Amino acid sequence: MKILVPLKRVADPDNANKVKIPASGEKIDTTGLEPKPNPFDEYALEAALRLTENGQTPKVRAGEVIVVTFGPKECDTTLRAALATGADRAIRVDTTDDKLDGDLVARALKAIVDREKPDVVVMGKQAVDGDSNQVAQLLAEYLDWPQATFAATVHEEDGALLVGREVDGGVITLRVKLPAVVSVDLRIVAPTSVYSTKTARTFKYNDGVRFAALPAIMAAKKKPLVELKLADLTADVAPKIVYNAFQAPPARKAGIKVKDVADLVLHLKDEAKVL
Amino acid sequence: MASHEPLSLDDLMSIDPLLSEEERMIRDSVRRFVRERYLPRAADLFAKEQFPSDLVPAIAEMGLLGGSLTGYGCAGMNSVAYGLAQQELEYGDSGLRSFVSVQGSLAMYPIWKYGSEEQKQRWLPGMASAELIGCFGLTEPDSGSDPGSMTTRARRDGDDYVLNGAKMWITNAPFAHLAVVWAKVDDGDASSIRGFVVERGMKGFETPTMHGKMSLRASATGEIVLSDVRVPKENVLPNVVGLRGPLSCLTQARFGIAWGALGAARACYDAALSYTRERVQFGKPIGAKQLVQQQLAEMASEITKGQLMALHYGRKKDTTGITPVQVSLCKKNNVGWALQIARASRALLGANGILLEYPVVRHMLNLESVYTYEGTNEVHTLILGNALTGHDAF
Repeated sequence: MKILVPLKRVADPDNANKVKIPASGEKIDTTGLEPKPNPFDEYALEAALRLTENGQTPKVRAGEVIVVTFGPKECDTTLRAALATGADRAIRVDTTDDKLDGDLVARALKAIVDREKPDVVVMGKQAVDGDSNQVAQLLAEYLDWPQATFAATVHEEDGALLVGREVDGGVITLRVKLPAVVSVDLRIVAPTSVYSTKTARTFKYNDGVRFAALPAIMAAKKKPLVELKLADLTADVAPKIVYNAFQAPPARKAGIKVKDVADLVLHLKDEAKVL
Repeated sequence: MASHEPLSLDDLMSIDPLLSEEERMIRDSVRRFVRERYLPRAADLFAKEQFPSDLVPAIAEMGLLGGSLTGYGCAGMNSVAYGLAQQELEYGDSGLRSFVSVQGSLAMYPIWKYGSEEQKQRWLPGMASAELIGCFGLTEPDSGSDPGSMTTRARRDGDDYVLNGAKMWITNAPFAHLAVVWAKVDDGDASSIRGFVVERGMKGFETPTMHGKMSLRASATGEIVLSDVRVPKENVLPNVVGLRGPLSCLTQARFGIAWGALGAARACYDAALSYTRERVQFGKPIGAKQLVQQQLAEMASEITKGQLMALHYGRKKDTTGITPVQVSLCKKNNVGWALQIARASRALLGANGILLEYPVVRHMLNLESVYTYEGTNEVHTLILGNALTGHDAF
């Protein structure tokens, strides 16, 4: 199976509270935040690797995993890390995040899919910086492929994927015929979430994303990484979403202390008017 | 409330720009491995005096065994990448790093450096993949800092050697499949010392476990008892004679320890910093008090100095090479300071500092061993003294 995995580099999500917005409001300033791969994309890569191997012999790849990112030269680090983890080759579309929106990324990805002809696109359900949660759905629409979003489990069948989607009140299981687009949620990296047809269903993976072995890290620089221009993929490079200004949420006002329960009830009734 | 966002020690040191992308990736991968797979169990393993043998295949899969050696299934990392890996392992536990050090620097390295091609093919790939675990028999009950005084003997008998003697304080011995044992040949003095690969199953080879250690409790330590062990000549390392053999292995291991100790120091610093920023006494965090800040500032400064020294000698090891004296300086300085930082951190955590719930007391106890093994702090002082003055004071 040939799988395309789009990856995005984001500002360290664990320190998202440190982003600043300059007085001009023209952008979100992430200076000083360490760039990291979007966690959901790392889960997507793990799922793609599991789908292209026998879990017992993970060093032998059955199929091909291609990673693609949209960003400046520094994003090569994200791609190298993916190559070290097991992806076979990488594509970087040279651009910067402020020139993109979800729709443009989806259209550019469609062009890459048309060239590479993967059997499935496996991607994170959303990037944790913009939290837009659009690209997988848009891409499926542009490709006219079936989609299964927020996948918690993916089991490969002959020519199809059996995808478990966690929804309110239960799990919906979809059988999507290939080719297809699958976006993954965090439980996709649980020990029994993903099985290729080669992996015995009794096999249990380690929980989480696999570690890049040291020899693989050193070998990663020999794996192919090509750079494309956004304009090579789509003639229309104008984003449809234009950000006019950014503004931090208003700071919370200090609360007041009430004397006793009677006083509290009074405030709830007269000021908050919730009683 | 702190008046501003605190500066991280990483930003203060600014080591990252001095590392290649590959070196950073290696560090980060080992870091994640240790934090996800080892740290959640660290206190429990220490408490139960248990070596995590179930983790060994994963350690091998990471390429950590013999990671600085080339060929024979070894990763072939440069010295800085290797050092960074040791540092991350010891951020977890000195016992974990000791396991890797002994397998790579003390058991695989002598075979790689002094073994015949046939011996390398026979043992190294299995050792890199952890099918074979090795140990290193040099120290004896009555022969520590003065290894030339060893009494283990190998008597020539036809094509074989017959080994008799006892080794002590041997990391990995209880479960090792093979031991690189150093012994004097026939009636020779230290210049007759040869390396013998003694294999599990050879008659008269035993490795009783040493219990009751209050340090390195997650690492298995044993004795090696040799009673008329017949070792064929195919198991003798052909390319080294004399003390130079074992000492050169120790130089390799000490280089890794010099880096590793920084990891233990860093773990203690991290714990002390986060504790003192949160612990409120007399109305403010104790981290806002001068006595505490003085200690944190000293820790940060010694970790930075030690890191820069390790990095400098690491780069030099890969280019022009480093001398054993330089390795002694680095091991002595970094381990000495790591122990002091661990003790200071223990005190900063107050009563909580003695609990296994925090990593500090575990590292402090471990570092007591690291201070003494692989050349005691005092021996490294004498090596430096000898080098600097030209007078041997042993």
